[in-house]
Amino acid sequence: MKEAGLKAWLPSLLRLVLVVLLIAFVTNPDWFEPLLKPLTENNAPVIYNQGSLLSLTLLHLRTVLIATVAATIVAVALAILVTRPAGVEFLPLSRSLVNIGQTFPPVAVLALAVPAVGFGEKPTLIALFLYGLLPIFENALTGLTTLPVNVVEAARGAGMTGWQRLVKVELPLSAPIILGGIRLSVVISLATATIGSTVAARTLGEVIIAGLLSNNLAFILQGGLIVAALAVLIYDGLSAIERYTARRMGQGTA
Amino acid sequence: MIEIEGITKRYDATTVVDDVSMVIEPRTIAVIVGTSGSGKTTLLRMINRLVEPTAGVIKLDGADNRSLPGYELRRSIGYAIQGHGLFPHRTVAQNIATVPVLLGWDKARIKARVDELMTLYQLDPQAFGPRYPHELSGGQQQRVGVARALAAEPNVLLMDEPFGALDPIIRNKAQEDLLAIQKRFGTTIILVTHDMEEAVHMGDKIAVMDAGKLVQYAKPAEILARPASAFVESLVGASEKPFRLLSLGRVRDAVEKGGAEGEAIPGDASQRDALAELLWSGRPALPVKGADGKPLGRVTVDGLVKRAARPA
Repeated sequence: MKEAGLKAWLPSLLRLVLVVLLIAFVTNPDWFEPLLKPLTENNAPVIYNQGSLLSLTLLHLRTVLIATVAATIVAVALAILVTRPAGVEFLPLSRSLVNIGQTFPPVAVLALAVPAVGFGEKPTLIALFLYGLLPIFENALTGLTTLPVNVVEAARGAGMTGWQRLVKVELPLSAPIILGGIRLSVVISLATATIGSTVAARTLGEVIIAGLLSNNLAFILQGGLIVAALAVLIYDGLSAIERYTARRMGQGTA
Repeated sequence: MIEIEGITKRYDATTVVDDVSMVIEPRTIAVIVGTSGSGKTTLLRMINRLVEPTAGVIKLDGADNRSLPGYELRRSIGYAIQGHGLFPHRTVAQNIATVPVLLGWDKARIKARVDELMTLYQLDPQAFGPRYPHELSGGQQQRVGVARALAAEPNVLLMDEPFGALDPIIRNKAQEDLLAIQKRFGTTIILVTHDMEEAVHMGDKIAVMDAGKLVQYAKPAEILARPASAFVESLVGASEKPFRLLSLGRVRDAVEKGGAEGEAIPGDASQRDALAELLWSGRPALPVKGADGKPLGRVTVDGLVKRAARPA
């Protein structure tokens, strides 16, 4: 019994530890200097010293948030459009557009975007936005096209207009699947955002790139670990929201 | 009154409903029977314009059903389907309140109506109102589905195999409940089924459909006595005919003078049940009692057998 209790608690406990470590690291990186010291050579700095890790983390999250919100709005709107009777003929077109967004490597998007919009956050946002569209679009499409037939039939039979059916029935019922797409998109964007620093976007990629340029393993590791910890925690958090929504929509227990 | 005039529905080359005309009197139950693919569901769905006809007119109380936008028309017509189609993300009370909310009723009126219907369907509003559909049994879900269809006090209720997913015992109960509620509200009901037993039991009139055509539209006794075609005959089931005929009559109407031994049968029971009881217990006669428990007389095997014969 005790062992089972511990097993159930262990994942939550580990997450809590991770949160505490992450906050401690980005607010007081100096505390961890002895740990990272062996990774440096020739008395190079151990902790990134060209900007605060906290502000870089927040900027990194902001970039991902803006790109994901924009991708969500566009992808869900597009999925809604092509699942309406009037928009069905646009389904193949929008599918290929979204697929192109995914197949274009983000680095190439950055290279193409810089001449157009200049250095900084903008090209990164464009790359993340394009890269994040596909999972959200595909999931929204799945959610909106696999609704229980007799529930949609009942909504029509009750005299809901197309708009009312969408807002009151179709979107709420496909919310868990759409959230799953957003979760995938966020995690991809968290990692991909690091390359934005090659075009002077202020993200955690700055730390990793600085480490690569000066051959400083401690820099590379601290940048990478923060991104990884963020990805794990956000993934877990969104999964929990997804499960809660699925339960609220009366869909199973998992 | 519902007047269906020359209704046809074609999908490309296939004709699903072929020139059907029928009139459904107000405050009656019309049952549409047919095998799958006979067009019965399509015919039903053209009444509330979930399907638009290729040709023909449907009038509700004299007004063409195309005089309103489809969604407004559907708010005025109850619609209950097989597998109920309850909204899984809404509570039982919210589900029942669907159409009244769309019509913009005020909150107090909606609550009063939801409570009334739930009480009528033996679901305690306090206990069941806040629950979600997946927390209910199949029979309870079905009742909520019908309550939702009746919520906005429609004059017309369309039902597409509403009892199809229920087990036989719950189905009988659901049928009785529907008959009682139909009497109470005076709703005109059009019910689609493939089950002739259900049709004979529920219908004031039965419409038999085959391959998109209306083959016969008549009172149950007429369908049993004079099936219009071999198809209707096969649907009725040759060996079932006398028993289905008996199931139409009440014991009260077959009472003879005199008494008999043993437990009395209520006058409201069907003549078929009385005959079954007589045959099973091996007695020649049963005493009959009224709703108040007073003896009315007796029914006899001979008397019932005469009634089971083909009407002249």
